[in-house]
Amino acid sequence: MTETALYTRPKSLLDMDMFYCPGCGHGIIHKLIAELLDEFDLRSRAIGVAPVGCSVTAYDYLDVDFSESAHGRAPAVATGIKRARPDAFVFAYQGDGDLASIGMAEIIHAANRGENYTTIFINNTVYGMTGGQMAPTTLVGQRASTCPNGRDAATMGYPIRICELLDTLMAPSLIARTMIDGPAGVRKTKQLLRKAFQCQLQGKGFSLVEVLSPCPVYMRMDPREAIEHVKNNLSAYFPVKVFREPAAAE
Amino acid sequence: MPKRVLTSGNEALAEGAIRAGCDCYFGYPITPQNELTTYMAVHMPRLKRVFVQAESEVAAINMVYGAAAAGKRAMTSSSSPGVSLKQEGISYLAGAELPALIVNVQRAGPGLGSIEPSQADYFQATKGGGHGDYRMIVLAPNSVQEMHDFAVLGFDLADRYRNPVMILSDGQIGQMMEPVVLYDKPVCPPDKPWALTGAKDRPHNIIRSYFSRGGLLEVHNKRLQEKYAKIAGSEVRYETLELAGASIMVVAYGTSARICGGAIKLARRQGISVGMLRPQTLWPFPTQAIASHLDRVQAVLVVELSAGQMVEDVRLAVNGRVPVHFVGRVGGGVPSIADVQQKIQEVAAKGVRP
Repeated sequence: MTETALYTRPKSLLDMDMFYCPGCGHGIIHKLIAELLDEFDLRSRAIGVAPVGCSVTAYDYLDVDFSESAHGRAPAVATGIKRARPDAFVFAYQGDGDLASIGMAEIIHAANRGENYTTIFINNTVYGMTGGQMAPTTLVGQRASTCPNGRDAATMGYPIRICELLDTLMAPSLIARTMIDGPAGVRKTKQLLRKAFQCQLQGKGFSLVEVLSPCPVYMRMDPREAIEHVKNNLSAYFPVKVFREPAAAE
Repeated sequence: MPKRVLTSGNEALAEGAIRAGCDCYFGYPITPQNELTTYMAVHMPRLKRVFVQAESEVAAINMVYGAAAAGKRAMTSSSSPGVSLKQEGISYLAGAELPALIVNVQRAGPGLGSIEPSQADYFQATKGGGHGDYRMIVLAPNSVQEMHDFAVLGFDLADRYRNPVMILSDGQIGQMMEPVVLYDKPVCPPDKPWALTGAKDRPHNIIRSYFSRGGLLEVHNKRLQEKYAKIAGSEVRYETLELAGASIMVVAYGTSARICGGAIKLARRQGISVGMLRPQTLWPFPTQAIASHLDRVQAVLVVELSAGQMVEDVRLAVNGRVPVHFVGRVGGGVPSIADVQQKIQEVAAKGVRP
């Protein structure tokens, strides 16, 4: 009887214990990126940009060239790298505090210039690394350490919908939102990330995939509840859809 | 024969950077350095090199960080308020040991201040305007020629030590025009095996300043300090004027040094024994060079376009051995040659032997 490997660790994913909390979405999304780096054979030309946040050490897990960036500045760092090395495959991995709060100017302008790199935007509606503070995407009523009674729209504003905001710009090529809500969502997320990778490889310009993702610890739920929360509550406010994609993307 | 042209300090610096092999320029508008950005906007694309007008000084310095991480010669330029915004990025460049050139064509502050020349960013440039224990090499040009030459030197030093380098100029030197001999030698930046190029047939490279585990950050810092000690031992640069045998030593840099040059000429005609030491590197500072004259020199006069910043480093170098006097103007004021000459006379009148 012959044995066939049905599943193996992607080559671009290092054999390391991840330090992410149980039920966190980062590990799943890292794996999808690694699978796609393998699929497109990009290890020898990929350069990743890590944010400040839980995924700052993404380079401990992804076996490609990597740079840290200051908090929120990943789009500027990615711009510098991609302009300096147009043949490299450049991707930035950013969380909601990093991208939608302190780095809002950088992401809008990188998108507006149509920079030909790929952003993977993880929206779990909370700051993780610093201990569960309110994020720009925290839902109204959601409790966090800096809004202990829940986000009050009257004084704290409403959660920011990044895809919708960027969709007002002329230059971006692909803008899409997806979610980690079980195997189907993971597969759909991978499909959209594949399109975003192709976008860059075909020189079509700025691509961003927002992934609604569970953070059980700071959502104050168990992992199963956090997945349900993403599926039922996050996606109700942040609609899962493709906002735009290049006509010819395959 | 090398080409000689009449040009402004800002444009001379830009052309020097281009001739030094600057691959990528990122900038944001601010007076009095706009000629530099404009020059790059015209010439970098023509040479198939990178020019990006960033959305802010913060973005510009982080684009420099990205391009430097990718192994390219990268620079940005700005003026005081804009350079304040770049401090976070400079700290990250230092922490990640990325070579880059940052130009500060200083204007008067604090706050929005105004566009007149100033030397009030000395503390920020030399004492670490960003967070953490780091050092940045700081070059202080006093002519349009040095604006040009220091662009080449700056890139070389940055690459040699994998460290950010700042050219600390001011609005007067940036705006004025002088003849310049253009640099025309080939440039050969060193190999950068640490750079992000894609991990082809090698382990992946990581550009980082985050070390969270087991004392690694202290090890990293100690290594940085060893590098800074090496730079301090090898890269001090200064020039002297009429200093041999002088009883009064003027210490000044940049625009102030030009004024002092004129004042010293007049004072010597009056029979006052005065000369000048002009730091060309503000960090590393010519501490020993200053101290080496103190057996003979009986008084030191520091002249700055500030309320007195470099004078603190001069006092440390002098260490109480002779009186250190200061004259400066603030808020965009520039002392005249007569002002400095007057001060030299006052110092001489306090009992310095001729």
